[in-house]
Amino acid sequence: MKILLVDDEEHLVSTLAERLSLRGFEVSWAITCLDALAQVEIDTFNVAVLDVKMPLMSGLELKNKLQAKCPAMKFIFLTGHGSKADFKSAAFDIGKEYYLIKPLNIDVLVQKLREVTAI
Amino acid sequence: MISFRSLKPYFWDHKDPGIGLFKHLFDYRRMWKLVVGFSVTFALVPVLCAGIFDFMVTKASMERELFQRTARVVSNTRRSVTFFLAKHRAALKFIVRSSSFEDLRKPLQLYRYLEDLQVVFQEAFTDLGVIDGAGIQIAYTGPFKLEGVDYSGQWWFKEVLLHGVYVSDVFLGYRQVPHLVIAVSHESQDGSIYVLRATVDTVRFNSLLADFQLSKHGSAFIINRNGMLQTESRYYGKIMERMTLPVPEYSARTQVEEVTTDDGKQLIVGYAYIENTPFILLVVKPKDDLMGPWYSTRTTLLAFLSMSIMAVIIAIFSVTTHLINKIHLADEKRLIAMHKLEYENKMASIGRLAAGVAHEINNPLSIINEKAGLIQDMFVLKGMYAKDEKLLSLVGWILKAVERCGTITMRLLSFARHMDVSIGPVNVKELLDEVLGLFDKESDYRGITIKVDVGSDVPVIESDRGKLQQIFLNLANNAFAAMDQGGILNIKVEKQNSTFISIIIADNGCGISQENLDRIFEPFYSTKKKEGGTGLGLSITYSLVHKLGGTLEVDSKIGKGTTFHIELPLKSRNKKMEKL
Repeated sequence: MKILLVDDEEHLVSTLAERLSLRGFEVSWAITCLDALAQVEIDTFNVAVLDVKMPLMSGLELKNKLQAKCPAMKFIFLTGHGSKADFKSAAFDIGKEYYLIKPLNIDVLVQKLREVTAI
Repeated sequence: MISFRSLKPYFWDHKDPGIGLFKHLFDYRRMWKLVVGFSVTFALVPVLCAGIFDFMVTKASMERELFQRTARVVSNTRRSVTFFLAKHRAALKFIVRSSSFEDLRKPLQLYRYLEDLQVVFQEAFTDLGVIDGAGIQIAYTGPFKLEGVDYSGQWWFKEVLLHGVYVSDVFLGYRQVPHLVIAVSHESQDGSIYVLRATVDTVRFNSLLADFQLSKHGSAFIINRNGMLQTESRYYGKIMERMTLPVPEYSARTQVEEVTTDDGKQLIVGYAYIENTPFILLVVKPKDDLMGPWYSTRTTLLAFLSMSIMAVIIAIFSVTTHLINKIHLADEKRLIAMHKLEYENKMASIGRLAAGVAHEINNPLSIINEKAGLIQDMFVLKGMYAKDEKLLSLVGWILKAVERCGTITMRLLSFARHMDVSIGPVNVKELLDEVLGLFDKESDYRGITIKVDVGSDVPVIESDRGKLQQIFLNLANNAFAAMDQGGILNIKVEKQNSTFISIIIADNGCGISQENLDRIFEPFYSTKKKEGGTGLGLSITYSLVHKLGGTLEVDSKIGKGTTFHIELPLKSRNKKMEKL
């Protein structure tokens, strides 16, 4: 399973990538949306884990662009801004509850990744 | 009965909280006093002046009228008395001029004259006598035997010889009966002087005065120059006795004066000296009797004036109180709005600050989390130090601490987020846990137990999460402020019926006195002013509950604790709720 991690915090995203690698996932990461889009051009990912709030482009906008390029791609959102209610009040149309709150629990992330790809 | 408490204006006991710029515009009690004072003065001074002026003028007019009326009575009476005496005198003069001395000496002739006089003058003459120049009554006709009586020593006899005509004082004489004498002297053809003397009945004299209708306690009578009563007086002495009033000074004209007796009674005394007689006619009337009708009118007018003044005062009091209450309420609303704005700004600032801090902390926290997680992964997954339990435990502690911090930042973010108004589904239990989570540390430190009992049938309600958060936060804050070490905060949530849930927040703190309890939801009412309380916490909580369509009640006992009962609708009545 190939995963693309996108978050503007390099330390976070690189470490998370490493931790997922340790759990057997094939992980690439990007700290900008442009980098993420560039990676999608040259590679295919099953799941993208996106931070909701990033410079230049929001997680949702990035999701739309990525989905346009790779319709089969699944998405999990990360937020440092609170709970499930945030997504509803912010009118995120994410279809299913694929969201996680930072700081992350790695086991929960792994479980979600499996759920997403199992669909 | 209306108690003074209910009449007391709302603003009367109000004290200005005086917090910085948030002061009332006016000192309402002073304002009320000034308005009432000025209004009463300006309304009543002209009325009172007009009343007093009218009183004085009417009284003076009444007294003038009284004096004039008395003067008229005296003048009329004087004319009657003068005429009475003059016609008797004239009758005697006629007799002496038309008859000879010889005729008059004859008893039969004298008797006939007396009979004629009695017929003409309605028996006013009681006897008739002829006295020669030596003072001996040489002829007499009448009911007594007075023939041969010597009058030469009597002073009146000398007077009549001197002036030709004499009207005597009333005197007792030989008969010891009050009577007066009218005597005329005449010089006969042979040059001898003789006197025709007649006694006039004083009863006739009295009846003359009695004919004048006077007031109830009024009296008309005649005195002589020495103040001896010449006729009967109802109130001022008997005939031949000295009058109890002072003898008025001589005046050729009718006079009226006011006399105050020794016992303080005011009398209107009209008098006239009757010419060529020793008589003074007096008409005496008690002033109170005469002024009686005016006193009655005065009492009615005074009663009317008093009632008018009372009505004016009541109207001024009511209108002033009403208007100043309105101004005070408007001012209070302005202050409340300002305070609420300030409170809202403060909460928004706190929210922004909390969100900023939480967000800023969340990122490094996530990095710590991942780094520590990676260390743990390396230990566990890669097998490095896999058996070093202490290291694993340390990493575990780091991760747990990060998790705790994450929970805190999540709460802060949640709190900040719900500053805005939004109606949505609210799980009361979750919300309570979230709010009470902010008190975890304090309850640990102070040994306060928080018990939350949410009924299994309590549904998710439709309400404003942010407002509910503020309500629970304020009430929990209050409870924590009231409780000592080891207190218990009980929170119970139940489904009341198909439309309401009830939330009971009970502490076992110090409690609130009945006096404070009555005013606990009033804006600016605080018992903690010195500690910086604004007196707005519970007032805002109360208005928040009401805005959510619920009710808030309080019950408290000193030393036992305080219980707040909240009832909230399952569905919000108004989705477009205004901002606080």
